[in-house]
Amino acid sequence: MKKIFARPRSLKDTLMHYCPGCTHGIAHRLIAEVMDELDIRERTVGVAPVGCSVFAYNYFDCDFQQAAHGRAPAVATGIKRVQPDCIVFAYQGDGDLASIGTAEIIHAAARRENITVIFINNAIYGMTGGQMAPTTLPGQATTTSPGGRDVENKGYPIRVSELMATLEGAAYVARVSLHNPAGIARARRAVLQAFRYQLEGKGFSLVEMVSTCPTNWGLSPLAALKWLEEHMLPAYPLGVFKDIQGGGQG
Amino acid sequence: MSEPILMKGNEAIAEAAIRAGCRFFAGYPITPQNELPEYMSRRMPEVGGVFLQAESEVAAINMLYGASGAGARCLTSSSSPGISLKQEGISYMCGAELPAVIINIVRGGPGLGNIQPAQSDYFQATRGGGHGDYRTVVYGPASLQEMVELVMEAFDVADRYRNPVMVLGDGILGQMMEPVVFADDQVREPQPKPWATTGARGRERRVLSSIYLEPEDLDHHNWKLEAKYEQMRQKEARYELVQMEDAELCLVAYGTTARICRTALEKARSAGLKVGMIRPITLWPFPVKAFGEAGANLRAYLVVEMSTGQMVEDVRLAVNGARPVAFYGKTGGAVMLPQQVVDALQDLAAREGVGR
Repeated sequence: MKKIFARPRSLKDTLMHYCPGCTHGIAHRLIAEVMDELDIRERTVGVAPVGCSVFAYNYFDCDFQQAAHGRAPAVATGIKRVQPDCIVFAYQGDGDLASIGTAEIIHAAARRENITVIFINNAIYGMTGGQMAPTTLPGQATTTSPGGRDVENKGYPIRVSELMATLEGAAYVARVSLHNPAGIARARRAVLQAFRYQLEGKGFSLVEMVSTCPTNWGLSPLAALKWLEEHMLPAYPLGVFKDIQGGGQG
Repeated sequence: MSEPILMKGNEAIAEAAIRAGCRFFAGYPITPQNELPEYMSRRMPEVGGVFLQAESEVAAINMLYGASGAGARCLTSSSSPGISLKQEGISYMCGAELPAVIINIVRGGPGLGNIQPAQSDYFQATRGGGHGDYRTVVYGPASLQEMVELVMEAFDVADRYRNPVMVLGDGILGQMMEPVVFADDQVREPQPKPWATTGARGRERRVLSSIYLEPEDLDHHNWKLEAKYEQMRQKEARYELVQMEDAELCLVAYGTTARICRTALEKARSAGLKVGMIRPITLWPFPVKAFGEAGANLRAYLVVEMSTGQMVEDVRLAVNGARPVAFYGKTGGAVMLPQQVVDALQDLAAREGVGR
């Protein structure tokens, strides 16, 4: 019988700790598929953040460093500068990247660090139990915005891809979504492009993945996908925000 | 043997690091250590190394985490407020067992303080300003020659224990010029690092991390680290004894202050006081052994620091009540004069009935 679907070589054969319906598993798989396709598993070094994906290193079968909260782009910078032939990627959530690590992500891109960042935006702090994130939507209830995020005193969400696209050192910035098969297929192409740009030495690449957190959103996995589509996509439009090879919004 | 070169302290540290095989530097501007990164920005490209001006001290130490984890000999430098920001990364590097050398050209604090020389970061350096059970070897050199030798050795010690090492200078040591000799035999050969994340080519993948969620796992990890720190206590403590054979009063001082005390010691001896000095070279591990070697004539200690009294606590622990321990300090860059130390010695002698 012909095998038509299997675990990517770059993923370890182990159970994941993520909650049912969480999209981290899909994001991990896409990265692993791209590592297989580009045949870079043996030269890739990943950087795990603080957050639900702190244990990402348990799932990828490549070298990994676990970074302090928000510092993954600085850690990735150190690795890439010392081992320029390695393919270095950081995997960060919204609290990690867009709150405590805002300086590190912006300056890594501004320096034109030749690294790839996968940014999981699920509009909430997952591991700590559902607090308000920098990407939490106006009106969205969290454990630290129990009445819903009130923009009068809690401000507005940060649109990371739009922000990063303004930096000249960024070669490729795209926002994708993991809520349906078509979105996942586009996400895979974006991850492939981001790693390709690093292989070609084109500079900094970032793929923002609009993701779910059924547990902390208080929704079933299916309802969470629907909530993502109805609430997050209007706030976080999908597309390629920066492509130094001529692409743009679209 | 090379010829002596007249160098500024901050530049001598940078050159020593390069000669010790350091090939990665990340830092952020702060006075009084700016000549160090400036020198590195010129020198690193000449040896194929990496110089990075980071966006913050926090980023700089985390760049070292990555670079050290990728196998490079790494250096960062800063001054007091910047070292406070690096504490997060130092804790993580101890937890993940990553070697690096960290220079603190200490200035006045707390807060923004000033840019004058100080020794008020002793607690931060020796107790670990970061979180968790960790230790770092801390050197307190007293001359530029000693500083370059200790900086070079610091890279070996860091690699040997897979742990950060700190060198505590001060605004005077960073800014002054002295002749230094870089001995040819001090050039280090890079050692293999079979734990570095360099890409899993034909081998099992490697992971560098400081997280151990299971209580038993973290307990085991911490006791493994403690065993390493105990090795440091046994093997790395260093000190110098000055005229201790017949001493009735003992000065205890490190770094720049030890130089002032050396002059004070001679002046006090000329005035008839039998004074000696213990000069700790490692501030951690603290050279406790030096205090156990005190002669029968010894009556009291005078600890002299550019702080309101930090190392004095370690001296009291080491002396353990056997003799009185007095303190004399100046802060904020108001460096003590040798005569002021002599006056403090004479006060102590009078109180303790020494020389009568």
